[in-house]
Amino acid sequence: MAATQKWVGQPLKRTEDPRLLVGDGVFIADQLFPNLHHAAILRSPHAHARIRSIDASAALRLPGVVGIVTGQDAAKMTRPFAVGVRAPVKYYCMAVDKVRFVGEPVAVVVATNRYLAEDALDLIQVDYEPLSAVVDPERALAADAPLLHEEVGSNLACHRHIVYGDPDAAFADAEVVISERFVFPKYGSTPIETYGVVASFDRTSDVLTIHANFMGPFILHPITARALNLPENKLRLVVPPDIGGSFGIKTGIFPYMSLVGLAAMKTGVTVKWIEDRREHLLASSSGTDRIAYRELAARRDGTILAMRTRWYDNVGGYIRTPEPGCSFRPIGNWFGAYRFQHLEADANVVMTNKSLTGPNRGYACGHLYFEIERMVDLLAEKIGMDPAEVRRRNFIQPGEFPYRTPSGGLYDSGDYPAAFEKALELADYAGLRRSQEQARADGRLFGVGLAVAVDPSVSNMGYITVALDPEIRGRPGYLPKSGALEAATVKVDPLGRIIGVLGSAPQGQGHRTVVAQIIADELGIAPDDITIVDEMDTFTRVWGISSGTYSSRFGSVGTSAAALAARRLRDKLVRFASYLMEVPPESVVWSEGGAHHANNGQVLTLKDLAGRAHWDVESIPPGMEAGLEATAVFAFPEAKAPDLQDRVNSSNTYGFIAEVMAVEIDPDTAAIKILKYVTVHDAGEIINPAIVEGQIYGGALHGLGGALYEELAYDEQGQALAGSFMDYLVPTAHEAVKIDIAHVVSPSPFTTLGAKGLGESSSMTVPAVLANAVTDALKPLGVHIRELPITPSRLWHLMESARSKR
Amino acid sequence: MAEPRKVSFKINGAVREGTTEPRKLLVDFIRDDLGLTGTHIGCEHGICGACTILFNGEAARSCLMLAVQADGAEITTVEGLAAPDGTLHPLQQAFWEHHALQCGFCTPGMLMAACDLLRVNPSPTEEEIRTGLSAVLCRCTGYQGIVDAVKAAADRMRSSN
Repeated sequence: MAATQKWVGQPLKRTEDPRLLVGDGVFIADQLFPNLHHAAILRSPHAHARIRSIDASAALRLPGVVGIVTGQDAAKMTRPFAVGVRAPVKYYCMAVDKVRFVGEPVAVVVATNRYLAEDALDLIQVDYEPLSAVVDPERALAADAPLLHEEVGSNLACHRHIVYGDPDAAFADAEVVISERFVFPKYGSTPIETYGVVASFDRTSDVLTIHANFMGPFILHPITARALNLPENKLRLVVPPDIGGSFGIKTGIFPYMSLVGLAAMKTGVTVKWIEDRREHLLASSSGTDRIAYRELAARRDGTILAMRTRWYDNVGGYIRTPEPGCSFRPIGNWFGAYRFQHLEADANVVMTNKSLTGPNRGYACGHLYFEIERMVDLLAEKIGMDPAEVRRRNFIQPGEFPYRTPSGGLYDSGDYPAAFEKALELADYAGLRRSQEQARADGRLFGVGLAVAVDPSVSNMGYITVALDPEIRGRPGYLPKSGALEAATVKVDPLGRIIGVLGSAPQGQGHRTVVAQIIADELGIAPDDITIVDEMDTFTRVWGISSGTYSSRFGSVGTSAAALAARRLRDKLVRFASYLMEVPPESVVWSEGGAHHANNGQVLTLKDLAGRAHWDVESIPPGMEAGLEATAVFAFPEAKAPDLQDRVNSSNTYGFIAEVMAVEIDPDTAAIKILKYVTVHDAGEIINPAIVEGQIYGGALHGLGGALYEELAYDEQGQALAGSFMDYLVPTAHEAVKIDIAHVVSPSPFTTLGAKGLGESSSMTVPAVLANAVTDALKPLGVHIRELPITPSRLWHLMESARSKR
Repeated sequence: MAEPRKVSFKINGAVREGTTEPRKLLVDFIRDDLGLTGTHIGCEHGICGACTILFNGEAARSCLMLAVQADGAEITTVEGLAAPDGTLHPLQQAFWEHHALQCGFCTPGMLMAACDLLRVNPSPTEEEIRTGLSAVLCRCTGYQGIVDAVKAAADRMRSSN
């Protein structure tokens, strides 16, 4: 019985908004707790140093200070976090014997207020023995490089050499071979709300309760529990009603959950820590900086035959879970939108004296498509073909879906040529090329860039085990990892109102609105009659290790669970009604919020049925479970563990993005002006177009920030150079661009509603399309963009050096 | 540590008094002492603008002021924007209609900055809105919904005057 779609597809105003607009949002810093004390963290000023001793006695004597935690406590009371690689990296929640990056926690003061806690930090004496540092991931692998972790023996946290098909033969057959070196910068989405943790330990039940603006993946719950030597069912993790943005960055809060939890366990008081912006820029999380070497083999007709790639991902002082996702998260879509079958990948995950990394909007896909799409443009230039035509000749075709990539990805649906042509048409690509001709004749620097991407959503937790050699995964007794699931519950109150309960942890994605739309359609009622609760709580919600709001999951997996739960409830309501009507269930139709007898016009509304079920339990038929609620756990069937050839369906739905950008560059100042930016998305069925558009705009600006302005820069000695928003440049309304957005809809066959995720969206394409547009604009000078961000000074120097060579 | 001082000011129409250390930031006083947690803290160094309030009618960053500096002042925070009967301010209404917020964390500062912008310039162009709001950072929306909302609110406020 298909529900009529009255609400799904509408740009409904969000139910979340009124509270947030009047200042009634409840973020972690706003929540009140009894016996609340405040933590401040002393952090390392050194990139690399041995800790000889810490003297906290003067700080402890300061009135108002109730306790201090140092690495000795961490060594005694906690264990190192589990890491996803074989290298025996000992990563504790704070420095124990050495500091390995500027900003690493060294001591925690707990005091009656934050001002006093910060005063006390000044009284702690730490005796450091500074060591030489290394920040470049290639340099860190040199034999004489400073060694971060003696027990590992090198700075290489993980290395995998993976081959699909026969790239050697393809390169031998190639008519054209191109090689390039790329540098992708370290940047993070810097949510305006920083990290926040409140922890309290109940000594009668031994339960540690942690409130944190954490957004998953919830695999990090058992990892945190284990680090704190707690059974998993003694660690309660509660997410506040509102989270002020994350974009993947708040995954990196779990070491602080452990650190503040440790402080609460040691001091016996409730401890609150709200990160400040400097702490955030020094020591929260970011994407990796990467040096990549890529080779492409092709025929003269533009057919791509194979690629080879070797990269060095810089994960900073310790490899922190879920790294090395930086290298493997997009493994199923390593081939992008193209049909070539041969790939050799050499992934090197390196530790250096920089801050730690993790998911950042687009997780590893910004890097991937910057490299692939630059290579495609280089091929176009080399063979003298329009870059649009080269892409056309290599696209996976609409008839080939579901399409299995050589690396194991299962692209669920798509029509790449249609979306691409739509983007070209919307941008008036031919017209842009004519304008370019004219501009060049006038001596102006005008460029047109193209980029496409397969946009993966809902990570399969199994992908991360590709970090392990197949030989290990093939051993008897090895326990494989796989899966991507989400749960939802829909229940009816005694008067027939609906409550939907989610296990998600949204950070602005509007889950309450979207789920109300879905349930409204499934049950034939109005969204206003539905209350949605998220506020994830590991003690009360149904969840799995893949739960959480990351990897653009909700649009695929969360919506599927919500729709399934509503359908289950509807089926039960129909069976209950048919029993009361004394007819078979097939004679009852559910519509407009009630059960309708197919023949005699009898109607039992949701309210009627709710009243009977709650107040007259005897009326429930024999064999039917009492209670009007349904829980669905939706798990993707194709989220399987990697095979021994390293093939894995690393995500579960795969959208598509096609973009065109036109820029003009000031020949004197190197300022880049974006004249046109078109993006076409295929995210399957769209549930709320306004929210989708908001995600695209937000994602695009993150991509633009990373491509043009933002960099967590370090000097050679490992000193952080971007410790404030004066140095770390976030785009303002003034730098933001207007976007022409269009959609193509290829419903996913794997989700309940045909929807796919789209949260990361253009964050992964803008670095590529911008680099291609700028390179195209600078063709008269022969400048190639190989490195981001394209800051005005960097671009100016590139232009000057090109001019001086002429 | 300096002696605590008395401070008294009018906030959202009501006079509030308290005692504070001279070093306490105004934003901490508003949030922790007065319980008005709608004003948010995003950077504590005057760049992100999440803590923007109206101070004697003009937009100001409450993380760059001390509570004692507010003695005798008149302050409006996001909690004071809607009418007493709960009717949303035209800016709040427009933000809702134009999907001008996602996580909502920058929103209070953005609304207060927009109030000041429209006070100074009731008919801003899109360019002027972008410049006028460039002192508040948003990482969710790409700003387009915000710019559209401010434009719509300006139109509505002009036509109702």
